[in-house]
Amino acid sequence: MTEPAPDGEYDEWLDAIEADEGYYVECANGHGWLPPRRVCPECGSRELTAEPLPDSGEIVTHSTITVATPQFEDDAPYVTAIADFGPVSVTGLVRGVDPEEVEMGAVVGVEVGERETTGDRAVVFRPR
Amino acid sequence: MSDPRVAGAGVTAFGKHPERTGRDLFAEAGLEALDASGVAPEDVDALYYGNFMGELAEHQGHQGPLMAEAIGVDAPATRFEAACASAGAAVRSAVRDLRNGEAEVVVVGGAERMTNIGTAAATDALAIAADDLYEVRAGMTFPGAYALMARSYFDQYGGSREDLAHIAVKNHEHALVNDHAQIQKEITVEDAIEAPTIASPLGLYDSCPITDGAAAAVLTTAEYAADHGLDAPVAVTGTGQGGDNLALQDRPHLAQTPAADKAAEEAYADAGVGPDDVDVAEVHDCFTIAEVLAIESLGLYERGEGIHAATNGETDRHGDLPVNLSGGLKAKGHPVGATGVAQLATVAWVLDGSHPRADAVPDGTVGVAHNAGGTVASTTVHVLEVRE
Repeated sequence: MTEPAPDGEYDEWLDAIEADEGYYVECANGHGWLPPRRVCPECGSRELTAEPLPDSGEIVTHSTITVATPQFEDDAPYVTAIADFGPVSVTGLVRGVDPEEVEMGAVVGVEVGERETTGDRAVVFRPR
Repeated sequence: MSDPRVAGAGVTAFGKHPERTGRDLFAEAGLEALDASGVAPEDVDALYYGNFMGELAEHQGHQGPLMAEAIGVDAPATRFEAACASAGAAVRSAVRDLRNGEAEVVVVGGAERMTNIGTAAATDALAIAADDLYEVRAGMTFPGAYALMARSYFDQYGGSREDLAHIAVKNHEHALVNDHAQIQKEITVEDAIEAPTIASPLGLYDSCPITDGAAAAVLTTAEYAADHGLDAPVAVTGTGQGGDNLALQDRPHLAQTPAADKAAEEAYADAGVGPDDVDVAEVHDCFTIAEVLAIESLGLYERGEGIHAATNGETDRHGDLPVNLSGGLKAKGHPVGATGVAQLATVAWVLDGSHPRADAVPDGTVGVAHNAGGTVASTTVHVLEVRE
Protein backbone atom coordinates (compact mmCIF):
# COMPACT_ATOMS: atom_id res chain seq x y z
CA MET A 1 0.00 0.00 0.00
CA THR A 2 1.10 3.50 -0.72
CA GLU A 3 1.93 5.47 2.39
CA PRO A 4 -0.51 8.41 2.63
CA ALA A 5 1.14 11.75 1.88
CA PRO A 6 1.46 14.08 4.88
CA ASP A 7 -0.77 17.13 4.99
CA GLY A 8 2.03 19.68 4.63
CA GLU A 9 2.11 22.39 7.26
CA TYR A 10 -0.64 20.75 9.33
CA ASP A 11 1.47 17.65 10.00
CA GLU A 12 4.52 19.85 10.55
CA TRP A 13 2.49 21.78 13.14
CA LEU A 14 1.56 18.52 14.90
CA ASP A 15 5.27 17.54 14.83
CA ALA A 16 6.08 20.85 16.50
CA ILE A 17 3.40 20.36 19.18
CA GLU A 18 4.80 16.87 19.82
CA ALA A 19 8.29 18.33 20.20
CA ASP A 20 6.89 20.86 22.69
CA GLU A 21 7.68 23.62 20.19
CA GLY A 22 4.10 24.57 19.31
CA TYR A 23 3.60 27.73 17.30
CA TYR A 24 0.98 29.80 15.54
CA VAL A 25 1.17 32.20 12.63
CA GLU A 26 0.80 35.91 13.31
CA CYS A 27 0.34 38.81 10.89
CA ALA A 28 1.76 42.31 11.19
CA ASN A 29 -1.45 43.43 12.89
CA GLY A 30 -1.39 40.72 15.54
CA HIS A 31 -4.06 38.39 14.14
CA GLY A 32 -3.26 34.75 14.95
CA TRP A 33 -3.98 31.64 12.89
CA LEU A 34 -2.95 28.01 12.53
CA PRO A 35 -0.95 26.94 9.47
CA PRO A 36 -0.95 26.86 6.51
CA ARG A 37 -1.67 30.55 5.89
CA ARG A 38 -0.19 32.78 3.18
CA VAL A 39 -2.38 35.74 3.95
CA CYS A 40 -4.25 36.97 7.03
CA PRO A 41 -7.95 36.47 6.25
CA GLU A 42 -8.76 39.28 8.68
CA CYS A 43 -6.62 42.14 7.33
CA GLY A 44 -4.95 40.84 4.17
CA SER A 45 -1.42 41.17 5.57
CA ARG A 46 1.09 38.80 3.96
CA GLU A 47 3.78 39.46 6.55
CA LEU A 48 3.24 36.32 8.56
CA THR A 49 5.66 35.03 11.18
CA ALA A 50 5.69 31.93 13.37
CA GLU A 51 5.32 32.74 17.06
CA PRO A 52 5.46 30.41 20.06
CA LEU A 53 2.06 29.02 21.07
CA PRO A 54 1.24 30.08 24.64
CA ASP A 55 1.75 27.27 27.12
CA SER A 56 -1.90 26.98 28.16
CA GLY A 57 -5.38 27.89 27.01
CA GLU A 58 -8.87 28.16 28.46
CA ILE A 59 -11.80 26.03 27.37
CA VAL A 60 -14.40 28.34 25.82
CA THR A 61 -16.86 25.64 24.80
CA HIS A 62 -17.08 21.85 24.86
CA SER A 63 -19.33 18.92 23.99
CA THR A 64 -19.40 15.27 24.97
CA ILE A 65 -20.04 13.46 21.70
CA THR A 66 -21.84 10.13 21.93
CA VAL A 67 -22.90 9.65 18.30
CA ALA A 68 -19.56 9.54 16.46
CA THR A 69 -18.38 9.03 12.91
CA PRO A 70 -16.85 5.63 12.09
CA GLN A 71 -13.38 7.18 12.55
CA PHE A 72 -14.18 7.88 16.21
CA GLU A 73 -16.44 4.91 16.96
CA ASP A 74 -14.24 3.43 19.70
CA ASP A 75 -13.38 6.86 21.11
CA ALA A 76 -17.02 7.69 21.90
CA PRO A 77 -18.09 9.09 24.22
CA TYR A 78 -15.38 11.71 23.99
CA VAL A 79 -15.10 15.42 24.63
CA THR A 80 -14.30 17.90 21.85
CA ALA A 81 -13.52 21.45 22.97
CA ILE A 82 -12.29 24.77 21.67
CA ALA A 83 -9.57 26.32 23.83
CA ASP A 84 -8.57 29.97 23.65
CA PHE A 85 -4.77 30.33 23.70
CA GLY A 86 -4.91 34.11 23.38
CA PRO A 87 -3.79 34.95 19.86
CA VAL A 88 -5.36 31.74 18.49
CA SER A 89 -7.98 29.21 19.45
CA VAL A 90 -7.50 25.48 18.90
CA THR A 91 -9.95 22.56 18.65
CA GLY A 92 -9.00 19.33 20.40
CA LEU A 93 -10.02 16.24 22.34
CA VAL A 94 -10.13 16.72 26.12
CA ARG A 95 -8.46 13.87 28.01
CA GLY A 96 -7.36 13.24 31.56
CA VAL A 97 -10.64 14.42 33.06
CA ASP A 98 -14.03 12.79 33.41
CA PRO A 99 -16.37 14.12 30.64
CA GLU A 100 -18.87 15.15 33.30
CA GLU A 101 -16.18 17.25 34.99
CA VAL A 102 -15.10 19.33 31.97
CA GLU A 103 -15.83 22.97 32.73
CA MET A 104 -15.97 26.25 30.86
CA GLY A 105 -12.87 28.28 31.62
CA ALA A 106 -10.78 25.24 32.61
CA VAL A 107 -7.07 25.72 31.89
CA VAL A 108 -5.53 23.13 29.56
CA GLY A 109 -2.26 22.39 27.84
CA VAL A 110 -2.01 20.99 24.33
CA GLU A 111 -0.29 17.81 23.14
CA VAL A 112 -0.60 15.23 20.38
CA GLY A 113 -2.40 11.99 21.15
CA GLU A 114 -3.85 9.09 19.20
CA ARG A 115 -7.42 8.36 18.20
CA GLU A 116 -8.45 5.12 19.85
CA THR A 117 -10.33 3.95 16.76
CA THR A 118 -7.76 4.51 14.04
CA GLY A 119 -4.48 5.30 15.80
CA ASP A 120 -4.26 8.56 13.82
CA ARG A 121 -2.76 11.59 15.49
CA ALA A 122 -5.09 14.08 17.14
CA VAL A 123 -4.80 17.34 19.08
CA VAL A 124 -5.36 16.59 22.76
CA PHE A 125 -5.99 18.96 25.67
CA ARG A 126 -5.14 18.01 29.25
CA PRO A 127 -5.93 19.95 32.42
CA ARG A 128 -3.08 22.11 33.70
CA MET B 1 -35.79 44.13 -14.98
CA SER B 2 -38.40 43.44 -12.31
CA ASP B 3 -38.31 40.77 -9.66
CA PRO B 4 -38.45 37.09 -10.67
CA ARG B 5 -41.63 35.15 -9.99
CA VAL B 6 -42.07 31.73 -8.46
CA ALA B 7 -44.14 30.10 -11.20
CA GLY B 8 -44.40 26.68 -9.59
CA ALA B 9 -42.74 24.34 -7.13
CA GLY B 10 -42.58 20.66 -6.31
CA VAL B 11 -41.31 18.70 -3.34
CA THR B 12 -41.07 14.93 -2.86
CA ALA B 13 -42.12 13.31 0.35
CA PHE B 14 -39.12 13.77 2.65
CA GLY B 15 -38.08 10.71 4.61
CA LYS B 16 -36.35 7.37 4.36
CA HIS B 17 -36.32 6.23 0.75
CA PRO B 18 -32.98 4.41 0.67
CA GLU B 19 -33.83 2.56 -2.53
CA ARG B 20 -34.69 5.68 -4.51
CA THR B 21 -31.92 7.12 -6.68
CA GLY B 22 -31.15 10.83 -6.60
CA ARG B 23 -32.14 11.16 -10.23
CA ASP B 24 -35.58 9.67 -9.55
CA LEU B 25 -36.13 11.87 -6.49
CA PHE B 26 -35.25 14.98 -8.49
CA ALA B 27 -37.34 13.90 -11.47
CA GLU B 28 -40.43 13.71 -9.25
CA ALA B 29 -39.90 17.17 -7.75
CA GLY B 30 -38.80 18.78 -11.00
CA LEU B 31 -41.70 17.47 -13.07
CA GLU B 32 -44.14 18.50 -10.36
CA ALA B 33 -42.67 22.01 -10.42
CA LEU B 34 -42.85 22.23 -14.22
CA ASP B 35 -46.44 20.98 -14.21
CA ALA B 36 -47.43 23.42 -11.47
CA SER B 37 -45.83 26.33 -13.34
CA GLY B 38 -47.39 25.71 -16.73
CA VAL B 39 -44.00 26.44 -18.32
CA ALA B 40 -42.99 24.36 -21.33
CA PRO B 41 -39.73 22.43 -20.76
CA GLU B 42 -38.27 23.86 -23.99
CA ASP B 43 -38.54 27.37 -22.53
CA VAL B 44 -36.17 26.52 -19.66
CA ASP B 45 -32.90 28.42 -20.10
CA ALA B 46 -30.93 26.76 -17.30
CA LEU B 47 -31.04 24.36 -14.36
CA TYR B 48 -29.29 25.37 -11.14
CA TYR B 49 -29.15 22.36 -8.89
CA GLY B 50 -27.95 21.87 -5.32
CA ASN B 51 -26.36 18.70 -4.00
CA PHE B 52 -23.82 18.17 -1.24
CA MET B 53 -22.75 14.55 -0.81
CA GLY B 54 -23.57 12.82 -4.09
CA GLU B 55 -20.03 11.50 -4.52
CA LEU B 56 -20.08 9.88 -1.08
CA ALA B 57 -23.67 8.65 -1.02
CA GLU B 58 -24.20 7.64 -4.64
CA HIS B 59 -20.71 7.69 -6.18
CA GLN B 60 -22.13 10.26 -8.53
CA GLY B 61 -20.48 13.53 -9.46
CA HIS B 62 -21.39 15.82 -12.38
CA GLN B 63 -25.04 15.79 -11.44
CA GLY B 64 -26.18 18.91 -13.31
CA PRO B 65 -26.75 17.40 -16.75
CA LEU B 66 -27.98 14.15 -15.19
CA MET B 67 -30.75 16.04 -13.41
CA ALA B 68 -31.68 18.19 -16.42
CA GLU B 69 -32.11 14.99 -18.40
CA ALA B 70 -34.18 13.49 -15.57
CA ILE B 71 -36.75 16.29 -15.89
CA GLY B 72 -36.75 16.35 -19.69
CA VAL B 73 -34.94 19.67 -20.00
CA ASP B 74 -32.30 20.31 -22.66
CA ALA B 75 -30.49 23.30 -21.16
CA PRO B 76 -27.17 24.11 -19.49
CA ALA B 77 -27.19 22.63 -16.01
CA THR B 78 -24.82 23.39 -13.14
CA ARG B 79 -24.50 21.88 -9.72
CA PHE B 80 -24.02 24.21 -6.76
CA GLU B 81 -22.27 23.06 -3.59
CA ALA B 82 -22.31 25.18 -0.44
CA ALA B 83 -22.93 22.36 2.05
CA CYS B 84 -26.47 22.67 3.43
CA ALA B 85 -26.89 26.02 1.62
CA SER B 86 -26.32 24.49 -1.82
CA ALA B 87 -29.86 25.05 -3.06
CA GLY B 88 -29.99 28.56 -1.61
CA ALA B 89 -26.88 29.39 -3.62
CA ALA B 90 -28.57 27.94 -6.71
CA VAL B 91 -31.63 30.16 -6.14
CA ARG B 92 -29.45 33.22 -5.74
CA SER B 93 -27.72 32.65 -9.06
CA ALA B 94 -31.05 32.11 -10.79
CA VAL B 95 -32.50 35.31 -9.33
CA ARG B 96 -29.51 37.33 -10.51
CA ASP B 97 -29.57 35.84 -14.01
CA LEU B 98 -33.29 36.48 -14.37
CA ARG B 99 -32.87 40.08 -13.22
CA ASN B 100 -29.89 40.67 -15.48
CA GLY B 101 -31.79 39.50 -18.53
CA GLU B 102 -29.49 36.49 -18.97
CA ALA B 103 -32.46 34.12 -18.73
CA GLU B 104 -36.25 34.14 -18.77
CA VAL B 105 -36.89 30.76 -17.13
CA VAL B 106 -34.61 28.92 -14.68
CA VAL B 107 -35.40 25.71 -12.85
CA VAL B 108 -33.83 25.69 -9.38
CA GLY B 109 -33.75 22.67 -7.15
CA GLY B 110 -31.76 20.12 -5.30
CA ALA B 111 -31.73 16.53 -4.17
CA GLU B 112 -29.96 14.40 -1.62
CA ARG B 113 -29.91 10.67 -1.07
CA MET B 114 -28.57 9.96 2.42
CA THR B 115 -30.23 7.08 4.25
CA ASN B 116 -28.91 4.42 1.84
CA ILE B 117 -25.46 4.67 3.45
CA GLY B 118 -26.65 4.43 7.08
CA THR B 119 -26.40 6.84 10.01
CA ALA B 120 -22.67 6.42 10.70
CA ALA B 121 -21.59 7.00 7.10
CA ALA B 122 -24.04 9.88 6.70
CA THR B 123 -22.68 11.49 9.90
CA ASP B 124 -19.21 11.10 8.41
CA ALA B 125 -20.29 12.59 5.08
CA LEU B 126 -21.98 15.59 6.74
CA ALA B 127 -18.83 16.27 8.77
CA ILE B 128 -16.85 17.09 5.63
CA ALA B 129 -18.59 20.48 5.56
CA ALA B 130 -16.36 21.33 8.53
CA ASP B 131 -12.57 21.96 8.43
CA ASP B 132 -11.13 18.49 7.93
CA LEU B 133 -7.69 19.19 9.39
CA TYR B 134 -8.58 21.26 12.42
CA GLU B 135 -12.14 20.18 13.27
CA VAL B 136 -13.02 16.74 11.92
CA ARG B 137 -9.70 15.31 13.10
CA ALA B 138 -10.49 16.62 16.58
CA GLY B 139 -13.69 14.58 16.59
CA MET B 140 -16.09 17.30 15.50
CA THR B 141 -19.34 15.98 14.09
CA PHE B 142 -22.13 18.23 12.86
CA PRO B 143 -24.23 17.82 15.98
CA GLY B 144 -20.98 18.33 17.90
CA ALA B 145 -20.30 21.63 16.15
CA TYR B 146 -23.76 22.99 16.94
CA ALA B 147 -23.42 21.66 20.48
CA LEU B 148 -20.27 23.80 20.85
CA MET B 149 -22.27 26.81 19.63
CA ALA B 150 -25.20 25.99 21.92
CA ARG B 151 -23.02 25.77 25.03
CA SER B 152 -21.34 29.03 24.11
CA TYR B 153 -24.77 30.65 23.64
CA PHE B 154 -25.98 29.45 27.06
CA ASP B 155 -22.73 30.72 28.60
CA GLN B 156 -22.97 34.18 27.05
CA TYR B 157 -26.71 34.84 26.94
CA GLY B 158 -28.42 32.26 29.15
CA GLY B 159 -31.20 29.93 28.12
CA SER B 160 -31.54 26.21 28.68
CA ARG B 161 -32.19 22.84 27.10
CA GLU B 162 -35.84 23.43 27.97
CA ASP B 163 -35.93 26.50 25.72
CA LEU B 164 -34.46 24.43 22.89
CA ALA B 165 -37.05 21.72 23.56
CA HIS B 166 -39.83 24.26 22.96
CA ILE B 167 -38.43 24.82 19.45
CA ALA B 168 -38.55 21.09 18.72
CA VAL B 169 -42.09 20.81 20.11
CA LYS B 170 -43.23 23.76 17.97
CA ASN B 171 -41.70 22.47 14.74
CA HIS B 172 -43.07 18.96 15.28
CA GLU B 173 -46.53 20.45 15.80
CA HIS B 174 -46.25 22.54 12.65
CA ALA B 175 -45.38 19.44 10.59
CA LEU B 176 -48.49 17.50 11.65
CA VAL B 177 -50.41 18.69 8.57
CA ASN B 178 -47.43 18.72 6.17
CA ASP B 179 -47.72 15.51 4.18
CA HIS B 180 -44.22 16.04 2.76
CA ALA B 181 -42.73 15.95 6.27
CA GLN B 182 -40.51 13.11 7.43
CA ILE B 183 -41.79 13.23 11.01
CA GLN B 184 -45.46 13.81 11.75
CA LYS B 185 -45.46 13.15 15.44
CA GLU B 186 -46.39 15.45 18.29
CA ILE B 187 -43.84 15.56 21.10
CA THR B 188 -43.68 17.20 24.53
CA VAL B 189 -40.95 19.25 26.18
CA GLU B 190 -40.34 16.28 28.48
CA ASP B 191 -39.89 13.93 25.50
CA ALA B 192 -37.26 16.24 24.08
CA ILE B 193 -35.37 16.73 27.32
CA GLU B 194 -35.39 13.05 28.20
CA ALA B 195 -34.30 11.87 24.73
CA PRO B 196 -30.81 10.35 24.36
CA THR B 197 -27.92 12.81 24.10
CA ILE B 198 -26.14 13.01 20.74
CA ALA B 199 -23.61 15.68 21.60
CA SER B 200 -24.14 17.45 24.91
CA PRO B 201 -26.03 19.69 25.43
CA LEU B 202 -27.97 18.54 22.33
CA GLY B 203 -30.21 15.47 22.30
CA LEU B 204 -32.02 13.45 19.69
CA TYR B 205 -34.92 15.90 19.42
CA ASP B 206 -32.60 18.88 19.01
CA SER B 207 -31.39 17.36 15.75
CA CYS B 208 -32.96 17.13 12.31
CA PRO B 209 -33.24 13.62 10.87
CA ILE B 210 -31.21 12.16 8.02
CA THR B 211 -33.40 12.51 4.95
CA ASP B 212 -33.81 11.50 1.32
CA GLY B 213 -35.69 13.97 -0.82
CA ALA B 214 -35.77 16.57 -3.55
CA ALA B 215 -37.28 19.97 -4.22
CA ALA B 216 -37.60 22.13 -7.33
CA ALA B 217 -39.09 25.46 -8.38
CA VAL B 218 -39.56 27.21 -11.69
CA LEU B 219 -38.51 30.87 -11.58
CA THR B 220 -39.34 33.21 -14.44
CA THR B 221 -39.07 36.91 -15.15
CA ALA B 222 -42.19 38.91 -14.31
CA GLU B 223 -42.49 39.70 -18.03
CA TYR B 224 -42.41 36.02 -19.02
CA ALA B 225 -45.05 35.24 -16.38
CA ALA B 226 -47.30 38.05 -17.66
CA ASP B 227 -46.81 37.18 -21.34
CA HIS B 228 -47.68 33.54 -20.73
CA GLY B 229 -50.57 34.15 -18.37
CA LEU B 230 -48.91 32.30 -15.49
CA ASP B 231 -50.49 32.28 -12.06
CA ALA B 232 -47.37 33.45 -10.21
CA PRO B 233 -48.28 36.01 -7.54
CA VAL B 234 -45.13 35.58 -5.43
CA ALA B 235 -41.87 37.33 -6.36
CA VAL B 236 -38.34 36.92 -5.05
CA THR B 237 -37.63 40.54 -4.20
CA GLY B 238 -34.39 40.24 -2.28
CA THR B 239 -31.32 38.04 -2.32
CA GLY B 240 -28.28 38.04 -0.04
CA GLN B 241 -25.35 35.79 0.73
CA GLY B 242 -22.72 35.95 3.43
CA GLY B 243 -19.58 34.03 4.35
CA ASP B 244 -17.42 33.41 7.41
CA ASN B 245 -14.29 31.53 8.49
CA LEU B 246 -14.88 27.84 7.88
CA ALA B 247 -13.61 26.65 11.27
CA LEU B 248 -15.40 27.69 14.48
CA GLN B 249 -12.05 28.12 16.23
CA ASP B 250 -11.20 31.02 13.91
CA ARG B 251 -14.32 33.05 14.68
CA PRO B 252 -14.37 35.79 17.29
CA HIS B 253 -17.82 34.81 18.55
CA LEU B 254 -19.21 31.27 18.80
CA ALA B 255 -22.80 32.25 19.54
CA GLN B 256 -23.39 34.53 16.59
CA THR B 257 -23.62 33.85 12.85
CA PRO B 258 -22.30 36.94 11.04
CA ALA B 259 -22.57 35.26 7.61
CA ALA B 260 -26.33 35.25 8.13
CA ASP B 261 -26.28 38.86 9.38
CA LYS B 262 -24.59 39.89 6.14
CA ALA B 263 -26.95 37.84 3.97
CA ALA B 264 -29.99 39.27 5.74
CA GLU B 265 -28.81 42.88 5.51
CA GLU B 266 -28.15 42.48 1.81
CA ALA B 267 -31.46 40.73 1.10
CA TYR B 268 -33.52 43.27 3.07
CA ALA B 269 -31.79 46.21 1.36
CA ASP B 270 -32.29 44.54 -2.01
CA ALA B 271 -36.02 44.10 -1.34
CA GLY B 272 -36.45 47.47 0.35
CA VAL B 273 -37.94 45.91 3.47
CA GLY B 274 -36.79 45.44 7.04
CA PRO B 275 -37.18 42.79 9.74
CA ASP B 276 -40.34 44.53 11.01
CA ASP B 277 -42.04 43.86 7.68
CA VAL B 278 -41.55 40.09 7.84
CA ASP B 279 -44.75 38.08 8.33
CA VAL B 280 -43.34 34.56 8.15
CA ALA B 281 -39.91 32.89 8.11
CA GLU B 282 -38.49 29.53 7.13
CA VAL B 283 -35.08 29.22 8.78
CA HIS B 284 -32.32 26.63 8.80
CA ASP B 285 -33.00 24.70 12.03
CA CYS B 286 -30.71 21.73 11.41
CA PHE B 287 -30.44 21.83 15.21
CA THR B 288 -32.75 23.69 17.57
CA ILE B 289 -30.02 26.18 18.52
CA ALA B 290 -29.64 27.03 14.83
CA GLU B 291 -33.19 28.43 14.77
CA VAL B 292 -32.23 30.76 17.63
CA LEU B 293 -29.08 31.97 15.86
CA ALA B 294 -31.05 32.41 12.61
CA ILE B 295 -33.88 34.56 13.97
CA GLU B 296 -31.33 36.77 15.73
CA SER B 297 -29.23 37.19 12.58
CA LEU B 298 -32.38 37.96 10.58
CA GLY B 299 -32.98 40.87 12.98
CA LEU B 300 -36.27 39.37 14.12
CA TYR B 301 -34.88 39.18 17.68
CA GLU B 302 -32.14 40.97 19.59
CA ARG B 303 -29.00 38.99 20.47
CA GLY B 304 -29.72 36.75 23.42
CA GLU B 305 -33.50 37.10 23.06
CA GLY B 306 -34.18 34.53 20.34
CA ILE B 307 -33.79 31.65 22.78
CA HIS B 308 -37.08 32.61 24.48
CA ALA B 309 -39.18 33.04 21.30
CA ALA B 310 -40.58 29.52 21.10
CA THR B 311 -40.92 29.19 24.88
CA ASN B 312 -43.08 32.32 24.84
CA GLY B 313 -45.17 31.07 21.93
CA GLU B 314 -44.17 33.97 19.71
CA THR B 315 -42.90 31.87 16.80
CA ASP B 316 -45.52 29.13 16.71
CA ARG B 317 -48.44 29.22 14.27
CA HIS B 318 -50.54 31.19 16.75
CA GLY B 319 -47.77 33.69 17.46
CA ASP B 320 -47.00 37.07 15.95
CA LEU B 321 -44.17 35.76 13.79
CA PRO B 322 -44.55 32.10 12.80
CA VAL B 323 -41.19 30.44 12.14
CA ASN B 324 -40.88 27.16 10.24
CA LEU B 325 -44.54 26.51 9.50
CA SER B 326 -43.37 23.56 7.36
CA GLY B 327 -41.99 21.87 10.47
CA GLY B 328 -38.53 23.11 9.63
CA LEU B 329 -35.58 20.87 8.96
CA LYS B 330 -36.30 19.45 12.40
CA ALA B 331 -39.56 17.70 11.47
CA LYS B 332 -39.94 18.18 7.73
CA GLY B 333 -36.50 16.65 7.23
CA HIS B 334 -33.23 17.87 5.72
CA PRO B 335 -32.20 16.37 2.37
CA VAL B 336 -29.18 18.67 2.42
CA GLY B 337 -28.92 19.81 -1.19
CA ALA B 338 -32.69 20.25 -1.55
CA THR B 339 -33.38 22.23 1.62
CA GLY B 340 -32.92 25.78 0.27
CA VAL B 341 -35.49 25.26 -2.46
CA ALA B 342 -37.88 23.40 -0.15
CA GLN B 343 -37.78 26.51 2.07
CA LEU B 344 -38.42 28.79 -0.91
CA ALA B 345 -41.37 26.61 -1.95
CA THR B 346 -42.81 26.70 1.56
CA VAL B 347 -42.65 30.50 1.81
CA ALA B 348 -44.22 30.87 -1.66
CA TRP B 349 -47.02 28.45 -0.76
CA VAL B 350 -47.68 30.17 2.58
CA LEU B 351 -47.87 33.57 0.87
CA ASP B 352 -50.14 32.38 -1.97
CA GLY B 353 -52.38 30.62 0.54
CA SER B 354 -51.89 27.07 -0.71
CA HIS B 355 -49.79 25.73 2.19
CA PRO B 356 -51.69 23.74 4.84
CA ARG B 357 -50.38 26.17 7.50
CA ALA B 358 -51.09 29.31 5.43
CA ASP B 359 -53.96 30.12 7.80
CA ALA B 360 -51.33 31.16 10.36
CA VAL B 361 -50.67 34.33 8.34
CA PRO B 362 -53.83 34.96 6.28
CA ASP B 363 -52.76 38.52 5.44
CA GLY B 364 -49.05 37.78 5.09
CA THR B 365 -47.27 39.50 2.22
CA VAL B 366 -43.57 39.25 3.13
CA GLY B 367 -41.63 36.06 3.91
CA VAL B 368 -37.96 35.18 4.29
CA ALA B 369 -36.04 31.97 3.67
CA HIS B 370 -32.72 31.50 5.52
CA ASN B 371 -30.49 28.66 4.31
CA ALA B 372 -27.21 27.99 6.13
CA GLY B 373 -24.25 25.82 5.17
CA GLY B 374 -21.87 24.11 7.58
CA THR B 375 -21.69 25.95 10.89
CA VAL B 376 -23.07 28.96 9.01
CA ALA B 377 -19.89 29.71 7.05
CA SER B 378 -22.23 30.08 4.05
CA THR B 379 -25.70 31.60 4.26
CA THR B 380 -28.27 32.74 1.75
CA VAL B 381 -31.33 34.80 2.62
CA HIS B 382 -34.17 35.39 0.20
CA VAL B 383 -37.11 37.77 0.63
CA LEU B 384 -40.38 36.77 -1.05
CA GLU B 385 -43.34 39.11 -1.49
CA VAL B 386 -46.83 38.90 -2.88
CA ARG B 387 -47.05 40.93 -6.11
CA GLU B 388 -50.37 40.50 -7.81
